[in-house]
Amino acid sequence: MCLGVPGRVIEVREFTATVDFWGVRKDVRLDIVDEPVAPGDYILNHVGFAIRRIPPESVDETLALYEMLLGGDDTDLMTSDVRGEIEGTS
Amino acid sequence: MTGTPLQFRDPELARAMAATLQRLVARLDRPVAVMHVCGSHEQAIAKFGLRSTFPKALDVIMGPGCPVCVTDVPEVDEGVLLARQGVRIATYGDMLRVPGTVQSLADAQADGAKIDIIYSPKQAVDLARNTTDEVVLFASGFETTAVATAAVILDDPPPNFSVLSAHKYIPPVMEIVAEMPGSRIEGFLAAGHAAVITGSAVFEPFVERNRVPVVIAGFEPMDILAGLVELVELILAKTPKVVNAFPRCVTREGNLAAQEQLWRVFRPIGGRWRGIAHVPNGNLRLRDEFAHVDARRRFTIDLPSLWDFAPPALAGQCLCGDIMAGIRNPRDCRLFNRECVPENPVGACMVSNEGTCRIWHLYGGVPDLEASA
Repeated sequence: MCLGVPGRVIEVREFTATVDFWGVRKDVRLDIVDEPVAPGDYILNHVGFAIRRIPPESVDETLALYEMLLGGDDTDLMTSDVRGEIEGTS
Repeated sequence: MTGTPLQFRDPELARAMAATLQRLVARLDRPVAVMHVCGSHEQAIAKFGLRSTFPKALDVIMGPGCPVCVTDVPEVDEGVLLARQGVRIATYGDMLRVPGTVQSLADAQADGAKIDIIYSPKQAVDLARNTTDEVVLFASGFETTAVATAAVILDDPPPNFSVLSAHKYIPPVMEIVAEMPGSRIEGFLAAGHAAVITGSAVFEPFVERNRVPVVIAGFEPMDILAGLVELVELILAKTPKVVNAFPRCVTREGNLAAQEQLWRVFRPIGGRWRGIAHVPNGNLRLRDEFAHVDARRRFTIDLPSLWDFAPPALAGQCLCGDIMAGIRNPRDCRLFNRECVPENPVGACMVSNEGTCRIWHLYGGVPDLEASA
């Protein structure tokens, strides 16, 4: 639960953004994000809320970490937590 | 170390970092114990087999870093009683099998209670908008998750929506664990993503009072090794301070907008953390201005109606509390991997993906290769 998940912002509508998480598109709320967010930006999502705009220079290494985490099978707790955040976030 | 960009998945660098950690602990020339307070840290340590690279004299203990596990029995009872009254409960999946005095939410569900599993508090609000039922968000989680609960409360939820808060606040429990008699903890590794919200500054008063260093670390194996190196350096130098070893994500101030919403909605009060202790300021409850969305004030919850029931016999043998306080580990528990398994958990630490026992169960129960040799 304390692991946020990064995604790419597709569209912003007032306080909600459509965000792409490895092909899964979800609406994410922008109420509490630390900086203004625009399409193309990456955000860190936690339980359906963007908690941080990821600085462009950190995007690649952040994605690399999560690709490694997502590489586990379904019994892996980190993989299942990250997948849960991606698939469950409406 | 601070501010140095780390490279991921670089075995050379990982070996060098592990060697540095060995060297530093050898210089200390005595056993040393540090604690992390995050299920994701434990998952990463176990998943990547990091304990086998740690020096033998360094004990890295998982503390009360699983919010579901520290949800106290009476809090679960409140959710169960509301569900049995016909209120629709929306909660995170991990909460369903956490044992209450008599029943878990899953037991209540089997008896016909309406329980919906959600991944985000906004799903609970959507649920309320689409039904005439009373919907209660049974909200667990540390401050990172509480800000999301605060945001939906501030966003004009429908009148049939309310919140049963079991949210917990991490800094006060670190104080409790650090001061426990017999505590060997000389430093804390704090969870990177929680600190995205709170900022590293949230730990400064703790360090000031307890003279124990805190290092904020990320979740990548290298981040954890680098955080431990930093922590042992601080212990060696006898300079207790807060060091942010995760600067690519965490700032000193944190996310001020989120903190503002968090503290506008919630106030910290004292309360029990399951198996650990009464933690002053450790629970987050709704402020009076939000009484109208506070399930504890909207409904009568008859907790004493459960007090005639004796707790299940096995629960008395559960060591979850001592495990989360860092005094013992799952291998010390006679129920671990016998009567207590994920399919049929006795204690809350076996329920959640972030619970120590659940994590150790998955990785063979003995993630520490050195200790198993």
